[in-house]
Parts: sequence; C-alpha cells; structure tokens
Amino acid sequence: MSEQLPATEQPTGPGPAPERPRLLADLDRTGSAIITAITQGSPAVVTALSIFTALVVGAVLVAVTDPVVLRAWDSVGYAPGAAFSATWNSAAAAYSALFEGAIFNPSTVSAAFHGGSVAAIFYPLSLTVYQATPLILTGLSVAIAFRAGLFNIGAAGQFIGGAIVAAWLAADVNMPLGIHILVCVVGAIIGGALVGGIVGELKARTGAHEVIVTIMLNYIMANLLLYLLSSHNLLQAPRETNPIAPTIASNAILPHVGGPPPQAGLGFALALAAAAGVAWLLSRSTIGFRFRTVGANPSAARSAGMSVERSWVLVMLIAGALAGLAAAVVVLSGGSPPPPLVASTVGTYGFDGITVALLGRAKPGGVVLAGLLFGALYAGGTNVAASTSVPTDIVLVLEGLIVLFVAAPPLIKAIYRLRGAAGTGMEAVAKGWNG
Amino acid sequence: MTALTTAIRLPSVNVRSYVAGGTYIALGLINMLVFTGHTGDATFDLSLPGASVHVPSVHVPGAPTALALGVLCVAIGVVRVVIDLPRWAKRLAIAVVLLATLVALLAWSDAGNTVSMNLLDLTQYTVVNSIPIVLGALSGILCERSGVINIAIEGQLLTGAFAAAAVSSVVGATLGLWMGIVGGSLTGGLVGALLAVMAIKYLSDQIIIGVVINVLALGFTTYLYDRVMAPYGNIWNTGNFFTPYKIPVLGDIPIIGPTFFDSTVFLYFTYILLIVIQVALFRTRWGLRVRAVGEHPTAADTVGIKVLWTRYRNVILGGMVAGIGGAWLTVGSTGSFSPGMSNGIGYIGLAAMIFGRWRPFGAVAAALLFSFSGQLGIELETLSVPIPTQILNMLPYAATIIAVAGLVGRVRAPAADGKPYVKA
Repeated sequence: MSEQLPATEQPTGPGPAPERPRLLADLDRTGSAIITAITQGSPAVVTALSIFTALVVGAVLVAVTDPVVLRAWDSVGYAPGAAFSATWNSAAAAYSALFEGAIFNPSTVSAAFHGGSVAAIFYPLSLTVYQATPLILTGLSVAIAFRAGLFNIGAAGQFIGGAIVAAWLAADVNMPLGIHILVCVVGAIIGGALVGGIVGELKARTGAHEVIVTIMLNYIMANLLLYLLSSHNLLQAPRETNPIAPTIASNAILPHVGGPPPQAGLGFALALAAAAGVAWLLSRSTIGFRFRTVGANPSAARSAGMSVERSWVLVMLIAGALAGLAAAVVVLSGGSPPPPLVASTVGTYGFDGITVALLGRAKPGGVVLAGLLFGALYAGGTNVAASTSVPTDIVLVLEGLIVLFVAAPPLIKAIYRLRGAAGTGMEAVAKGWNG
Repeated sequence: MTALTTAIRLPSVNVRSYVAGGTYIALGLINMLVFTGHTGDATFDLSLPGASVHVPSVHVPGAPTALALGVLCVAIGVVRVVIDLPRWAKRLAIAVVLLATLVALLAWSDAGNTVSMNLLDLTQYTVVNSIPIVLGALSGILCERSGVINIAIEGQLLTGAFAAAAVSSVVGATLGLWMGIVGGSLTGGLVGALLAVMAIKYLSDQIIIGVVINVLALGFTTYLYDRVMAPYGNIWNTGNFFTPYKIPVLGDIPIIGPTFFDSTVFLYFTYILLIVIQVALFRTRWGLRVRAVGEHPTAADTVGIKVLWTRYRNVILGGMVAGIGGAWLTVGSTGSFSPGMSNGIGYIGLAAMIFGRWRPFGAVAAALLFSFSGQLGIELETLSVPIPTQILNMLPYAATIIAVAGLVGRVRAPAADGKPYVKA
C-alpha cells in the first residue's frame, strides 16, 4: 500500500466534462463540477454524508431508547400519527438542545432585550471554541504523524508528558505575568516532545512499531502521572491525600474573552497558529516535503537520499510537541483558577485526536474544522443532558459513527450509491505490524 | 519494508551474553544489598483461610534468604558470561534468576512485618485476573494469524461485558448466567464481523478501524448504560455472577488446587480454549491454512485456500472469544456492568499477544506476568512496602516496549498481518 501517492496529491476534482458546445460547456462548468463531485463522491461530499448518516443513526438511537416513544409505538395501531410525532419530537428535542448548547440559544437574545447579558448570546459558541482547542491540537499531532506514515495513538501519553511539566512549572515557580505563561507553554511543549521523541527514536533505531510503543507509553505515562500526583514531595498539592496537583499560579492562567470561564481565549489563538504552522511546514518547507515523501513511499524517499529515520524522529517530536501544547492549554485554562491537574484531566483527548485527524483527513484546515465540530458536540452534549432525558454520551456515539463512516468511504458510497473512489487521506499508513 | 530491515540492528551473540549476565549480576546485587535491609522473619501463608486442607505457613529469615538468593543470581550471571550455555540452560538461567529475585523481594517485603503474606491470594488473583487478558490475546491471535490486525479487542471486551450483563439480568437465574456468556460471545462476534467487513470488504486501514470501533463501543455502551441500564437496573443490570466451582480431587491439592481448580467456569473454559487454539494452529491442517493465509495469502490462494473466507471466519471467531472475555468482566466477576469497565484490558491483551509472539502459550505466559505484576502491587501496598504501585504497574508495558524494540529477542508478526488481500 505504501507505493500509493499521498491522497492529497490525487486529483479529487471533477472528471472530464462531457462533449458539448463550448458556450454551453462554459456556462455549465461550475454546475457540472458540483454534480460530478456529488455523484463521484468527492472527499467533502463523503464527509458531509458521513456526518449526516451518523446524525440519522444517532436520532434513531435516541428515539428507540426513549420510554415516551416506546409507549407511543405500543399503541401505534390506534394512533400511528402520535407514534411518528413522538419519535420525531424525541430526536428533535435532543438535537435542538445540542444546537442550543453549542452554537446559539434564541432565548439568550430575548433575555438580552430584557436587560440580560449580551455576552450570554455568544457563550455557547465560546464554549464550543474552548472545547475544540485541545481537540484541534491533539488532532494536529495525529495528523502530522499520519502524513509521515506513522500512526500516533500516543497523543494521550504525550499530552500527559506536557501536562506534568505545565502543572509543575505553573505551581511551584513564581514569575512575572506573560513570562510565566510562556515558560509553562514552552515547558509543556518540550515535555510532550520528549515522549513523542522516544517513539520516533525507537522506531528509527530498532524498527519497533509506533502503534505498539505509543499504546504502551500511554499506560506508562498514565501510571507516571498517578505516581507523581500521589507523591508528597513531587507533584501532589500540599496537605492533600488525594492524587491532585497544586492550584496553578494566577500569572500562569491563559487569558480568555469576557464572561465566566470556561470560554475561548488565548489557547484557541495558539491552536490556530499551530494549525497554520503545520500547514506551512507540510506544504511549503523542505522538512514537510520529506515527511510527505517518507509517508508516501519510504523506499523512494531513501533512494532520493532522504533519511527516513531522521524524518520519523522529527515528526514524532513535532507530534509530541503539539500534544504537549494541547496539555498546556487544558492545564492553564478553564476556570479562575483552572481546576488542578488530576488523573482524569487527560480524559479522551488522545483518542479524540485520532477521530479529529480522521475526520479532517490529516490536513491542518480539515483538522481545525473537525475539531470545531467535535468541540461543538461536546459543548452541546452538556446541554443535552441538562435539558432533556438523553445522556451526554450520545456525543460519544455520534463521534464514533462519524469517524466509522469517514474511515470507510466505500461504505458511504454503497449506502448512497455513489460511483468513483475517494481516499480517506490515510492510505500512507495502511500497512502491517512489520512496517 | 526494506526501510525497516536496514534499520534493525540486532546485538551480536557475544554482546547478548554480556547484557544477560550483567543483568543477572545486577539483580543479584540488588538482592544482596537492597533486599537484605529488613531484619526479622517473613511469613508466607500457603492456604486460604477456611481451606479444607491446611498447609502450614512458612517462616523464613528475611535478610539471609535475600543474601543467599543474591549470591545465587550473581553466580548464574558469571557463568552466563563465561560459558557459552546451551539454549535450554539459558532459559533456565532466566527463570531461576527472576524467581530468585521475586522470592528475595517478597522476603524483604514481609520481613519483620507482623502481617503475614498470603501467597495463595497472590497466585489465585493472578490467575483469575489473567482470564480476560488471555481471552483478548487469543482473539488477537486468531485474527492476526489469518492476517487481520485486531486493535478492536478492547471494544469486543466492552460490548461483550455489556451484553452479558444485560442478557443474564433479563433471563435471570443460572440459565441467565449461561445465556449471558452466549450473549457476550455473540456480541463480541458481531463487533468482530464489523471489523471483518470494514477490513476485508471495504479495505479500510485495520489499525484505524480498530481504534474507531473501540471509540464506538465505548460510546454505545456508555449511552445505553446511562439511558437504559442505570435507570432500570433491576431489569437490565441485576449483578448476577457465577460462583466458583471446585473440581473434585484436583481442587483439593494444596496450593495448586485453590489456584487453578477452584474457580468459575471461565477459567476452565480458558484452559480448554487455550489448548484447542494452540493445537489447532500448529498441529492441524486448519491451522496450517490459517497461518498460510496470514503469512502469504497469494500462495495460499494459489493452492486453493479461500483467503477471504478464512479471514472472515477467524476475525468473527476471534470476536466471539474476546466477547467471552468481556462476559467474564461482568457475569464472571463483579456481576454488574459499569461504563468503560474494560479499562484498557483489551490493549493489555494486545500487548500479551505481541509479547507472546503470536502464540497461545506465549500469550498466556505474558498475560500471567502482566496480571501478576498488577496483583503484586496490590499485595505490597497492603504490607505498606515503599515500592509505589504505579511503578510496578508500568512494568508490563515497559517490558512490551523492550520486546518490540528487539532488546530481548525480536518479535515478528505474521508477514501479511494488516495487509488487505486483493485478488490479482
């Protein structure tokens, strides 16, 4: 499989236009391009259909587990309309709560006219952006490794590496405003890069498969974090018996825009800057060209005089650094003061990074959009649980379904009877344990 | 592929015996210098409270024992460096050194402590807790020997656990427990089928699809738990579980009996499955064909073996085996389901499979090692020994990294593992 070109280099645009008079063809070109894109299933169309299909399946799941709906269906014989409307209402209520929690809640506008806060109108969006920030960064971590042909399951472990350094620097040292943030962020980046670097070094020196090494490192790092958090003289907060880190210094808190936290802030700017940096690196720099070549065909890269091993080490350092930056954003924001680091702070950021990278097709722009989508799901999920009987875990189901369909374009094409083939953008990593 | 072969640098034989011998001497020195630090006797209980056959407890003087074992390790280390030992003697040397170090560690932990250490507790929990790891690893072996990478073990365990709890609760009574195993197995098989279709029919990247399936399994089971299982717990999650069944005669053997023959049906089933799969894979025509498909599908196809059918069958079978491992998590152990309860056991099973070089017996040894180090941590914690549990818990994962990095003998996957087969 490694002989394929990177998916981004494959023509994904419209097929050849049919023979027609020139004028008509010119007028028609845009339209036919869109139609071809849809019937041939361009990546964007497949992604959109994946999200749509996942939402439909999710709606069915919400409805069939709703006792109200089930009761309505019991009496479908006398009142078929009631059964269908109960089904519709159940799913619609969940999705509108999701939307109101993530994007925009109409009631905040009327509240603003009656003396409420104007900032409250933007709170859901701000929360979405806040939730999306670490997802974008771990997504970038997984994505850049994908492009060099490596599957980084270890964003979680690298995240912990960054979180440990950030929490340590933020608590035990007192530094002036600005400088303290800088020190913590840079420290977290280095912490993450070290963990990622181990993976790259091991692969380069011994050929150890990065998937196995990263999975194992995730558990090693999780245990290390727990050890540090429960050791008095290490990372445990003073006078604590639970595994919890000290509260971070006020000078180390990342600033955020208006209103009560959690809200979007400097972290999101860092994430966008990182995405722009990765985009530049991949498409405009020599290093990025090497990464992509190594990802597409290591043998060809070697024949061309590139050091495959050096690329592996470097890309894993960068991937680890991005995951470490994600940790810095999480540890240094989210409240005033932010909640102290605990074992569960790590959450599912590592695996979410994989789903974000898959949905974003391992492209920086796509990763930002995918991160925002999943951020919106997470932000809205809390509201779903608060205002309906649907648990917030519906978000996990939607996330899993979306990436399931995205990872298998032929499935979506089979469902919607599309022709043609669109890659997942991940062909470069389709290989076995032996490399 | 060529990229990797050039990157592999295996240590030469000579370097290896220095590394091995040096390690043994180092372990011996630790035994002699560190583990002699506690004065007093260590007491090991060899039978559980209330056992029908009582074995007297063993008292050993802590420091002298550790010293003697340390000297033994150093001696073995010196011999290992100086003399070129035959293969069996090298293996014996590793086993003896590890065992000696372990005994020295235990003697040191309990020396001078008024609380005695119950060794049977240690062995019994080690064996019981290895069940889901072994079944997960066997699932991986069935899939990967036929050429499909199975990262989805975790998801198969979790859905199996969920289904087993739900089915056993709804059916109820003893029949329910057995139906729970069946339900867990079928659900695991269903997840296996999803993996198989995605990997074999739709040619998706197998590692990616495995990770995605795990995310999906966690999402579905957690959602259904919060929506259905938790609110209607008296119907869906009653917490039924199997009680141990002591095998007549065998169960009364001191030490061995309580460890291996006084457990739930899951342990006995795991033994049977283990032997069946080991023999089937390496001693039957069926196994030869499976391995041919996993190593060189084109050649297998040429001689008339149905490559895709073999893979579908093995991946689904593997899912069913992991599903039974999942059923153990609920009906074999605590009874009720809780979200995310597989908690990485599937990934440990994956590690055990790799560590055991894609062989059932090897995987069992690895699984026992992994569950032992976890249980040892718990035992030492109760004796308030100053070795942090978390550091002990890291050991299996560190060992796996060392194994895949080829520092201690290189592991190699089946040649066609993870590569979709498309007929030319």
